Amino acid sequence: MTADDGRTIEHETDERADQVRYDQARYVEDGQYEPLLCEKDRTEVEIGDGDDSPLPDDLTRDSIELPELSEPELARHYTRLSQMIYGIDSGPYPLGSCTMKYNPKFTEDVAALPDAAVHPDRSAESIQGTLELCYRLQDYLGRIGGMDAVTLQPPAGAAGEFVGIRVAAAYHEHNGEGHRDEVIVPESAHGTNFATAALGGYDVVSLPSDDAGRVDLEALDAALSENTAALMLTNPNTLGLFERDITEIADMVHDVGGLLYYDGANLNALLGRARPGDMGFDVMHYNVHKTFATPHGGGGPGAGPVGVVEDLAPFLPAPRVRESRDGTDTGSEQTYELFDPEHTIGRVHGYQGNWLVLVKTFAYIARLGDEGLTDASAKAVLNANYLASRIEYDVPYEPFHHEFVASAGDQDAADVAKRMLDYGVHPPTTKWPEIVPEALMTEPTEVESKSTLDRLAAAFNAVAEEDDATIEAAPDRTTARRIDQTSAARNPRLSWQALADDE
Amino acid sequence: MHGTDTTGSPYAPHTDEERAAMLEAIGVDAVDDLFDIPADVGFDEEFGIESRTERQTRRLVRSILGRNDDLTELLGRGHYGYYVPSLVDHLADRSEFLTSYTQYQPEASQGFLQALFEYQSLLVELTGLEIANCSMYDAATALGEAATLADRVRDTSGQRVLVPDLLLEGRRSTLANYVAGTDLAIEEYPTADGAVDLDALRAAVDDDVVMVYAENPTVRGTIEEELDAIGDLVDDNDALFVLGSDPIALSLLQRPADVGADVVVGDASVLGLPTSYGMGLGLFACREDYLRQVPGRLVGASEDATDRRAYTLTLQTREQHIRRERATSNICTNQAWVALRTAMHAAYLGPDGMVDLAKRGVTRAETLADRLDDFVGVTAPVHDRRHFREFVAHVDQPARAIADDLETRGFAVHVVGDHEIQVCVAGVPDDRIDAFVDAFTEVVR
Repeated sequence: MTADDGRTIEHETDERADQVRYDQARYVEDGQYEPLLCEKDRTEVEIGDGDDSPLPDDLTRDSIELPELSEPELARHYTRLSQMIYGIDSGPYPLGSCTMKYNPKFTEDVAALPDAAVHPDRSAESIQGTLELCYRLQDYLGRIGGMDAVTLQPPAGAAGEFVGIRVAAAYHEHNGEGHRDEVIVPESAHGTNFATAALGGYDVVSLPSDDAGRVDLEALDAALSENTAALMLTNPNTLGLFERDITEIADMVHDVGGLLYYDGANLNALLGRARPGDMGFDVMHYNVHKTFATPHGGGGPGAGPVGVVEDLAPFLPAPRVRESRDGTDTGSEQTYELFDPEHTIGRVHGYQGNWLVLVKTFAYIARLGDEGLTDASAKAVLNANYLASRIEYDVPYEPFHHEFVASAGDQDAADVAKRMLDYGVHPPTTKWPEIVPEALMTEPTEVESKSTLDRLAAAFNAVAEEDDATIEAAPDRTTARRIDQTSAARNPRLSWQALADDE
Repeated sequence: MHGTDTTGSPYAPHTDEERAAMLEAIGVDAVDDLFDIPADVGFDEEFGIESRTERQTRRLVRSILGRNDDLTELLGRGHYGYYVPSLVDHLADRSEFLTSYTQYQPEASQGFLQALFEYQSLLVELTGLEIANCSMYDAATALGEAATLADRVRDTSGQRVLVPDLLLEGRRSTLANYVAGTDLAIEEYPTADGAVDLDALRAAVDDDVVMVYAENPTVRGTIEEELDAIGDLVDDNDALFVLGSDPIALSLLQRPADVGADVVVGDASVLGLPTSYGMGLGLFACREDYLRQVPGRLVGASEDATDRRAYTLTLQTREQHIRRERATSNICTNQAWVALRTAMHAAYLGPDGMVDLAKRGVTRAETLADRLDDFVGVTAPVHDRRHFREFVAHVDQPARAIADDLETRGFAVHVVGDHEIQVCVAGVPDDRIDAFVDAFTEVVR
């Protein structure tokens, strides 16, 4: 380095400086990107042995060994970890089917209100605010989905699917139709649909798509029978295509006595344009962490409220919230109470699901209202179509709505994804749905600007031009380079203790 | 600017000029042309939901939630209002943690993967079991997952799952829904003194039993004193021993691995989350033998192309997005961010802090029980055993009336029987305990 006056500035390279040197490019410390807490400092504490333990030794453990760091050290550790994460606040995150949209900050503040943190066993009289918010959110969701009754209890989308399947089973059982043991799921459906149906004890009947990427009506006809409990469908489907024959599909399912289940993962495309209830769906879940912008938190918590038509309402999980019917109305304010639906399936969560997520959902819907929600779906669809028009990869199925599936063609989609990281953007979902070879399933959502979409398209197109050697070597601008997944699976080391045993 | 008079989503950009340019690039005249929805299922009405400014929305939520009474909660039974240090809120709220998705691209997710690896390591230390997943929904659903695991791993002809008759309704009912798709049948075994009645359990266990569930501490706050014997009994019958607990209790009480537990479930959010109207964090740890059958996500250590240690989701062939109907569980979205908060809180406390907090759970419950026991017409604790955080007190007067009276004086307690209340000290400051005793004096005199 040369200073203004021409002198050369030399770095100190003595031993001490070397020990504390940070590799600024990758922040490597002790040969690692960031040591584990327990590698920085840990202490073993003995318990018992006649100390101040309030319990006899035979009721306690002998000792415990945990990280022991000061608060400033912890602050730096977690700040450092956060710097090694890409989130939607870091840049565009067009993960198809996952609906990664911007999350307003004020919803965090309302969820942190002291009144939001109440114990679940409080009396209904003492938590009228909590119950009123539940009631209003049930009402909002019912209107948005075109459903007659809503439960807020499921703590995630897959948990909502499970409620739908259990409600369907209880409904059939109640009607003397307990023999129905099959659930039909399109091949392109989310993996959770298959797993949920199996968890509910059903045989899964896989339904192929037609050449246009939609439900094959002939195949559906062949799959339907008196054993059909339900068809699980999302609309638009995972290719972003609207199932235009939805009314006919609903009639076919209903004609054999089955129920039609709506997977809410793609609801962001439909807000204010169409409602599952109007299409003939009997039961649906809402992925509120997708459609209504509550942060994904690195994998959760989400929430998966379930809406049903009137006939299914008596089977919903208990308890639900309703306006009080016992005449305790205080005059100026409506009062609310918990109640168990008549033929309830019981609980699917210890309490009322992920309540703080529901507070954020309520705030988001209340903020946007009709105009905001409808605008969100319009711009989500506009953005997907614009991005697709800008990229050089082939998009075989259209017209799509909020997401599209491009094909990486001769390139490996997983390598394309790694290389996109080098361009500073998060890649789309890869290799799924399998209908499209080397799939790049892309969903920009409504929150990206034209200039960001142009930047995303430029990243797609730059990678499309690159040779295999380049993309196979990617990424090289992320914190960590390409990670060896095979060795992670062959030699599972799932804890610090396993690492210590290994070394 | 998106101000008061918003006409669309305030979080969706695009000026009119940009929209026009985008439509031209696509080759359509209007956004409506992009929607391929048949007229007969189109929705052209309104939801009737008013659009509000951010400020109006905050006021709305605050005014709704403001209807909640401000009570001191001496409530437990699975959810505890421990103080959460500010460090947890401020660092977990960093937007990279909050706004990232599942770590499908590990090269861009090392920080979260490492935090989850540290969470798994915490549970391994607390339970002594070799494997912990990186979060499920809550204690009830984790118990359900333990039962379906038992169904997969136990090569017995039996189908009986034994649970204590004191099991919380939310857990019992959730478990029943989880096993509805299996041949498993849930049966209750009797308890005595708020804990396992070993003789009754011995009489109930035979070769048809697939799984036995017990809790330490129990729902009544009783510390289980027969865990070794339960472990031996279950092992002798080749069933799965599933133990329910939580991270604070596990810092002090017998290590599950030492008493023969095969799986530990419970609610880990006793650390890191306020009571949150029952929102939780499902703890799930098990023996290494069940590695390929574990439900949920696992983070493993590996190396990157520069041979440095790096973390990644691993063994995903167990999971629903790959294995579909043959997956070990349908769980996808889980409680990752809550797990992060729990690990942060545990790290903040350190080993001394964790053990101290647990010890205080015993001593403070004991002290309050002694104080209540001094009242005429009150016997506390009911069970002649040792207690953790909470205990049951017998009251001569109707328990419901006492609880209602206490509530008007600003205190919430559980009613667990016609003449039994349950009181919990966790997270309640000493001065509020004193105020509670004062109020109790007024109520029972």
